Amino acid sequence: MISRRTLLQAGAVSAAALASGLRPARAANAVGVTEAEIKIGQTMPYSGPASAYGVIGKADVAYFKMINEAGGINGRKLNLISLDDGYSPPKTVEQTRRLVEQEQVAFIFNSLGTPSNAAIRPYLTENKVPQLFVATGAAMWNDPKNFPWTIGWQPNYQTEASIFGKHIVATKPGAKIGVLYQNDAFGKDYLTGLKAGLGADHAGLIIKEASYEVSEPTVDSQIVSLQDSGADVLLIAATPKFAAQAIRKTFDIGWTPVRYMTDVSLSIASVMKPAGLEKSKGVITANYGKDPTDARWKDDEGYKGWAAFVAKYLTPADLIDSNAIYGYGVAATMVQVLKQCENDLSRENIMRQAANIKDLELPMLLPGVKINTSPDNFAPIRQEQLESFNGESWSAFGDLLQG
Amino acid sequence: MTLANDTPTALSAAAIAQAGSRRLQRLAMGVFCIFALGLPFVASGYHLFQFAQVLIYAIALLGLNILTGYNGQISLGHGAFYAIGGYAMAILATKFDVPYWATIPVSGLICFVAGFLFGLPALRLGGLYLALATFALAVATPQLLNYRGFDAWTGGSQGLQLGKPHAPFALPLTSDQWLYFLCLVCAALMFWAAANLVRGRIGRAIIAIRDHPIAAETMGINISFYKAMCFGVSALYAGVAGALGSIVVGFISPDSFGLFLSLSFLVGIVVGGLASIWGVLFGALFIEFVPNYADQLSDLFGESAKALPGAIYGILLIGLMYLMPTGVAGVIRTAPGLLSRLFSRPKRV
Repeated sequence: MISRRTLLQAGAVSAAALASGLRPARAANAVGVTEAEIKIGQTMPYSGPASAYGVIGKADVAYFKMINEAGGINGRKLNLISLDDGYSPPKTVEQTRRLVEQEQVAFIFNSLGTPSNAAIRPYLTENKVPQLFVATGAAMWNDPKNFPWTIGWQPNYQTEASIFGKHIVATKPGAKIGVLYQNDAFGKDYLTGLKAGLGADHAGLIIKEASYEVSEPTVDSQIVSLQDSGADVLLIAATPKFAAQAIRKTFDIGWTPVRYMTDVSLSIASVMKPAGLEKSKGVITANYGKDPTDARWKDDEGYKGWAAFVAKYLTPADLIDSNAIYGYGVAATMVQVLKQCENDLSRENIMRQAANIKDLELPMLLPGVKINTSPDNFAPIRQEQLESFNGESWSAFGDLLQG
Repeated sequence: MTLANDTPTALSAAAIAQAGSRRLQRLAMGVFCIFALGLPFVASGYHLFQFAQVLIYAIALLGLNILTGYNGQISLGHGAFYAIGGYAMAILATKFDVPYWATIPVSGLICFVAGFLFGLPALRLGGLYLALATFALAVATPQLLNYRGFDAWTGGSQGLQLGKPHAPFALPLTSDQWLYFLCLVCAALMFWAAANLVRGRIGRAIIAIRDHPIAAETMGINISFYKAMCFGVSALYAGVAGALGSIVVGFISPDSFGLFLSLSFLVGIVVGGLASIWGVLFGALFIEFVPNYADQLSDLFGESAKALPGAIYGILLIGLMYLMPTGVAGVIRTAPGLLSRLFSRPKRV
């Protein structure tokens, strides 16, 4: 028997169906988005020389899985298609075209590598596909005027080096600076940033630059020659192995400059311990995230949340992997942007919201570090905290600084 | 008398089989041409990009096959010549404003000279030693491209951006279709040249050097000249392919030319079939598509298996070598014989 109520219900349902049938008119420009899911694309070096970074992709996928299990965003599940590009730019172009043209993803998220992202940027710009939170520390991603569809995430190397430069000018205006840097894009960005931070008036403070190649066994001779130059400030722009050598060598030869070190090498487990905890005392770095090997975060809520996430979705080794933590943070930023989009998931609005993040704080960022973007600022994390090593852990000093 | 009776029938059977296989070959060629010419009008831009890559790899593999398959010199370093060709194209186009199409032959010539010069000292090295020397070339190239002194030319580790060319003469083609046709025309020319080269006098000489160098020398073949020339021609092919590669991808950086590229070239000619002109097409299909399938297959094992594409690629390769030790071309070469024997058996009984 058909009651009036069932009739009414049927009417309501068909009206809703009609309404949703009409909706595609609005959703037509929301490529990759349905009522049930948001399709997202990404390339990662799961194979090849940079495969250690593959864990970032795994952390991204795991984070979205957690969000989906909690109901998704506005009822939509996140479907991240993460493809292998072997860290080869031609493959990145091919896979990205597949994601955009075949899979019809809404946008590209957190693809990894400076050359890989540089290779796909013109294509994505031309097709107006957002290229969000690229996984690279180069300075070239903050360029909204020429590339309004591409945005970075982490503080870039230049930002950090310029923070050091400003700090040196403020605390030791007559410093004689020696720089140890890796001879590649990372090291060179650092040198550029330091000079920018010192400013034109103080550029002369740099009295010696010594570079090393990744293939060299040690940097001992560079440290000795830097000491000979008479420098009283040493900037270490080196990857972990070489940073540990530099810290140990300065101590061993009895040289006591003020030592600044890049945050690339701030891991206590893989740099400070091998260098010697006693010998590492006094080293200064600038940081924006929490080091999971640092005992002071043991009871921190953010750290506990991270540990619980690792226990449920990743493998135990990922707990102290800074790449996995990076993925955890960048995926959370992405979720925030999609929440801000509400029901308008057109590419234009996704990009607009990615450039409209206000004071976002994340569990594994240092207290006080806030993510901010605006139409003319595509460098989301700009703040860093100076920290010095006390022989056990990093202790913060001074205010948060902006590069 | 039985012998005399037998021989003509056997001969004519062989002749018929040969004519049959020739007809089959012609049919396959026809189908292939229709496929190659029709593809741009049915496939999407993404698939055209992939098939342009296949044609580019096929040209590079063809060069390597002339050197390794026909002349017996193993090279693990053809990625280096591919890189030189690619960079020559990119530098000519960005720093000297040479039109992109004109850079293709120039890149080929530059690589010819580089290959010839590298081939001269390599003459003293045979077999595995040559493999190691060329391997060193493949290892050194990405680092040299990264070298600071060359930054002004090579763009360092950031690489060089190239604009995407559009179809000329207002042809009603998208730029993907146009680039595919450009690659197709280049590939057709290069295949035609290679087929003529190996079938002629020079081809016989380089094969003789591979099979029996002393006998070849006795017959008056100048071994060192032919070997160095072979290296040069082979590098020319890699250079043309490299130039086309930069044009199609529109970007170039040292990371585009890792060690794995050189190794996949060797994989390509072995999979396609050594000393085979057409086999390289299959080798090119393999190195373009199999890594993608390996990635997709590894997804079947769950999210934690993301590190598996390399392993699956390896398993597929081993399986293929086990099933087709002479490559795809070897199978195709023996298949008609096998088939005709299978079908003619009942008649003999």
